[in-house]
Amino acid sequence: MIEFTGVWRTFKVGDQEVAALRDINLELLAGEYVSIMGPSGSGKSTLLNLIGLLDRPTSGIYRLDGQDVTTLDDAEQARIRSEKIGFVFQFFHLVPRLSAAMNIELPLLLAGVAPDERKQRVTQLLQSYGLSERADHRPDQLSGGQRQRVAIARATSMHPLVLLADEPTGNLDQATGKEVMTLLEQLVSQGVALILVTHDPGLGKRATRQLRMVDGQIVSDTRNEA
Amino acid sequence: MSPGDTLRFASGSLLGARTRTLLMMLAMSIGVAAVVILTALGEGARRYVIGQFSSLGTNLVIVLPGRSETAGVNPGMLLGQTARDLVLDDAQALLRSPAIRRIAPLSVGAAQASHGSLNREVVVMGTTANMLLIRHMDLAQGQFLPQIDPRSASPVCVLGATIKKELFGSEQAIGAWLRLGDRRFRVIGVLAEQGESMGMNTDDLVIIPVASAHMLFNTQALFRILIEAKNRDMIEAAKQDAEQILMQQHSGERDVTVITQDAVLATFDRILRALTLAVGGIAAISLSVAGVLIMNVMLIAVAQRTQEIGLLKALGAPPGQIRYLFFSEAALLSAVSGLFGLVLGEIGSMVIGHVYPTLPVAAPWWAVLAAFGTALVTGILFSVMPARRAARLDPVLALARR
Repeated sequence: MIEFTGVWRTFKVGDQEVAALRDINLELLAGEYVSIMGPSGSGKSTLLNLIGLLDRPTSGIYRLDGQDVTTLDDAEQARIRSEKIGFVFQFFHLVPRLSAAMNIELPLLLAGVAPDERKQRVTQLLQSYGLSERADHRPDQLSGGQRQRVAIARATSMHPLVLLADEPTGNLDQATGKEVMTLLEQLVSQGVALILVTHDPGLGKRATRQLRMVDGQIVSDTRNEA
Repeated sequence: MSPGDTLRFASGSLLGARTRTLLMMLAMSIGVAAVVILTALGEGARRYVIGQFSSLGTNLVIVLPGRSETAGVNPGMLLGQTARDLVLDDAQALLRSPAIRRIAPLSVGAAQASHGSLNREVVVMGTTANMLLIRHMDLAQGQFLPQIDPRSASPVCVLGATIKKELFGSEQAIGAWLRLGDRRFRVIGVLAEQGESMGMNTDDLVIIPVASAHMLFNTQALFRILIEAKNRDMIEAAKQDAEQILMQQHSGERDVTVITQDAVLATFDRILRALTLAVGGIAAISLSVAGVLIMNVMLIAVAQRTQEIGLLKALGAPPGQIRYLFFSEAALLSAVSGLFGLVLGEIGSMVIGHVYPTLPVAAPWWAVLAAFGTALVTGILFSVMPARRAARLDPVLALARR
């Protein structure tokens, strides 16, 4: 489903070119549960941003769902993000002035989904993430775990093909982190691909496929025998 | 995203930053209110002046001694002589013109007026019975000057309302004697209260026959001759006849100025309209300053909302939509501020109208529209840059910051 062929991503630092990703060739399957691990600056987040179409490769080809997405313009990429990709961030990134329900509604709102259907989907999501009683609370009135649940509900509101999670438990205590991971893994069992970037080897091992990155290259690619 | 949703989202983010929004609204609405109030004042002044002129009388032509523009050289000018006086005979001669219905000579001076122990300085106006008709004066009591030959003096006078109040109080004035300088005049009438009219307050006047005024002030000269043309179309003819007749009277010399009320009116109208425009323009500058403020605050808002913008992009908002969101915010803000400013302006105009009841203060419709339009346009125009900056934001960088 996700196919990288000879992808480079270089940044200009001063007058030096620094390669964050070197010649990445990678194929991820639909519904796959993949973790990306590696030291800081190894290019994990850059790779995730490229997969999420938040960034463009300097060279190489990225196919998503069979379509070459590297040549698309910003607006077309935005549409693909809206329809196929969900994001879960370390710092939740909820809009502070909006209630939990409205934060979940945001992708539907931006995509122009009709109000009746929006309402129905949001109610359903609030229910399945146990947030019904918190629907009208603003993010600063929610606990960390609740916030990340809102963020996950938001990420899944458009029924994406793939969920990108960058250190989703990095800002949570252990118990809450486990809870959040369980939620994410439930989504995998429903057929959504999950790509997880993490520092935590314990979390990384839970994925069925583990990528290890060093210096912008994938140095190991192992699968758990389920 | 539907327009309704966009508007709701925009109003939500405006309400989310209450202080910022209020400050921007304040700046914008003060600008709009300034345009409304200042043009209302200008327009009020214009209407006031026109009203004053109309109250002078209708189809009015005024003769002034002397000439304000020179048409060649005449001997009198070379000898340094002043213009020939206007005299009563000149005034009477004007009645030869078929375009002129009636005339009223006018001679003006100041004299000490006394009644009993009370005395004060008054403006004495010497004229004829026609003045009442030409100047549309109203009498409160008694009668106006008698219809007599303008050359014959008569010791009667008509008092302005203020003079009557100050010298007679509640006493009966009709029939009483009033001393003007060294002469006595019997009061035969009191004018109704009229107030200021072109710098001459009829309430503060004492009116006596023109010949009596000439005797009182020991002069033959007239200050003005007021002419009423037969109708509106005859005004120009009356003016030309008056010039012609007075030239004959003054042995071929053009030494009087004849002005028509219409011409003066048109001039004042032009001047005051230009003034209103100028003042409104200055106020509009303050509006555009408010626009700059909006831009500045919007830029800060974009910086503060970097994360939110990055998030919207990650959630699938294309750059155009982000621009559209910021535009909507600016438009909404400007529209609300504009409306608020209009209300503020109307209230301000009403207060001014209350303080100066004689001034018909009301903003013309074009100024109201222009103020609102300028607010909307500056608001949207100055949001172009912030909106573009927001749309161009790199989502990776925007989301990387906490």
